[in-house]
Amino acid sequence: MSSIPAKESHTTSYPKFIGRSLWLATEGSFAFYAWMTMLTALFLVGANAWANQVAGGMIGTNMTDQVSWGLYIANFTFMVGLAAGGVMMVIPAYLYHDRKMHDVVIIGELLAIAAIVMCLMFVVADLGRPDRFWHMIPVIGKFNFPISMLTWDVIVLNVYLLLNLHVCGYLLYMRYLGRKPNPTWYIPVVMLSIVWAISIHTVTAFLYCGLGGRPFWNTALLAPRFLASAFVSGPAFIIVSLILIKKLTGIGGLDGPIATLTKIIRVTILINLLMVASELFTEFYTGGSHVSAAKYLFFGLHGKTALVPWTWTAIGLNVTAALLFLWPGTLRFRWRPLLVAACCMAFVGAWIEKGMGLIIPGFVPSTLHEIVEYVPSQLEWKVTVGIWAFGLMVFTIAIKTALPTLKHPAEH
Amino acid sequence: MTATENGSPKQPSTDRSLPVIENFTRRAAVKGAFATLGAGAFVAAISPLRQAAENSSAAEFMQTHYTELSPDQKGDVIARLEAETKEKYGADVTIADDRPIPGTKFVYAINLSVCNGNGKCVEACHKENNHDRDTNQSYIRVLEMPKGTMDMEKGSTTYSGTVPKDDKFYLPVQCQQCDEPPCVDVCPVKATWKEEDGIVVVDYNWCIGCRYCEAACPYHARRFNWKKPEVPAKEINPDQSYLSNRVRPVGVVEKCTYCLHRTRRGKLPACLEACPTGARVFGNILDPESNIRWILENKRVYILKEELGTKPAFFYYFD
Repeated sequence: MSSIPAKESHTTSYPKFIGRSLWLATEGSFAFYAWMTMLTALFLVGANAWANQVAGGMIGTNMTDQVSWGLYIANFTFMVGLAAGGVMMVIPAYLYHDRKMHDVVIIGELLAIAAIVMCLMFVVADLGRPDRFWHMIPVIGKFNFPISMLTWDVIVLNVYLLLNLHVCGYLLYMRYLGRKPNPTWYIPVVMLSIVWAISIHTVTAFLYCGLGGRPFWNTALLAPRFLASAFVSGPAFIIVSLILIKKLTGIGGLDGPIATLTKIIRVTILINLLMVASELFTEFYTGGSHVSAAKYLFFGLHGKTALVPWTWTAIGLNVTAALLFLWPGTLRFRWRPLLVAACCMAFVGAWIEKGMGLIIPGFVPSTLHEIVEYVPSQLEWKVTVGIWAFGLMVFTIAIKTALPTLKHPAEH
Repeated sequence: MTATENGSPKQPSTDRSLPVIENFTRRAAVKGAFATLGAGAFVAAISPLRQAAENSSAAEFMQTHYTELSPDQKGDVIARLEAETKEKYGADVTIADDRPIPGTKFVYAINLSVCNGNGKCVEACHKENNHDRDTNQSYIRVLEMPKGTMDMEKGSTTYSGTVPKDDKFYLPVQCQQCDEPPCVDVCPVKATWKEEDGIVVVDYNWCIGCRYCEAACPYHARRFNWKKPEVPAKEINPDQSYLSNRVRPVGVVEKCTYCLHRTRRGKLPACLEACPTGARVFGNILDPESNIRWILENKRVYILKEELGTKPAFFYYFD
């Protein structure tokens, strides 16, 4: 362990570091303040909508006993993927010793932190009785471990959050102290976080695929599909973030990581499409009752077609994005806008696929084959946008805190 | 030096690597003012929570799990719930704490040759269990099925017109009180469990409302209280039990309990008593002399979605 000056212990200097970091993170241009003000306003609208939901009951959502999960859980599932997707920077940086990636890997870890915070908020937003959340806390509450997959999810998500908080906190703190980070204190945690990233999305998939009464989810392919789409949406988000950071702060050395992530998506987006095709073949070639949900999703069932435009939009976006990523020109600097467009398409495609395309059809038709359609209510959109705004706030502040490190990478 | 320029670690050690800000005090004041404004706006935004807080008590918040309540605590909880029902619904009710009878396992059977889809069971359940009136909630769904299929996909829960129709049969579905209940497995807080007499119950004061059980149930047996249930005082069934038909709180999942407030006292479920056709049979499978036992031994009985391995305690047969 590195020594510390006798006059100051970590217990006092770490809070100081946090305080100074926050101070620095709230310094910025007019555009930065405008951005943060907008996010704050959206977050407040969401907070108000959620408070109204708690006060008046969840009747304000459009969920029903047939479609008992909706936009919140759809977003939760997607955000778990985004959090896991951050690991696609960690793997090249730490397992393949990609020096350029190593300099900016913290961006992926910070994204994971923001995404997990959003996950936890979406879960709380979906609870009928958030006042009873303490029932889930081990020891003081009753924790149905290991039988309930939801308890596994609570554990793996919180541990993943702690792992990433530790790594980012430690690296930035050492930087603040002007010391070289000691590998003993963070490399094992980074290695663990790689495995853990896989685990969070696997466990989240197990939430759904372990339910025998929901044939649409009850497939062994669900966890691999979750991971494949996570390794599309995560890197896609990071590429756009890197391009923005480069534009706004003039930090160099980002082109290498952007190229690496583009090459990663090139593979993962195809794997994802392959799995979708495999799922579709199995469903539709077999036919029978268990295919009803897939029929509803892609073609509509008994004249009910609410999800059909969503799902074909997602397929269109994913296929177009895949073709764009395959085209070698996407890596060229002059085609940057095209890369951004491809990333946005892949991101939105994955969002629809994991949300409207996965959660909702699991409930349509219901287990008694009733077809009750679901469209999110205004309240649900408000809460959702509020949580997204909060997550972007966390991400923005975190990136600003890391800027000094990104501008002057330490020698390693 | 300005805020946007970053000092490299050449500064004096006291400043470390973060920059020095000019006009520190003025900036601090401005930032403090905005932070205060933001905090104030946040408090205003979540003010509706106060309304929610008024509707629940500290005692309810602190209440422990049903299985861990001492007899004294249970008495206090039940007294509090009775008082709350009086206060909020204007009804005098008695909430008992009915426990399983040793040597009992309740099972249900329905004769589908007799059931004619009149829906009296649905209505009786609605009244007996103090369901929300607006949503016309009930623990029972009846499917109208074309003869010649067992595929629920061909059925309809929203049939109308005169029953029975010649080319149809009727399939009532409610909680199957499974021996391998997926709903119990998935509950993250053990708010739902299976009791000794086979009935799967919910502690309505422990459920957090995540609705995972609702997603897990293959029989659409669980319901969520999307709003505070409303029942006119004169229509409230005052004969209640903690684990069954007391008026449920908002934001929790509820389910059929084979009317344990009746059946654990030797009576029959409300849906059975209301059935005009005699299609429903209920009883203790452990009693060799019981009617239900004779039916299970002599009729060709089947269960719903057997392939899922939930092992229902609810049987169907044709004569």
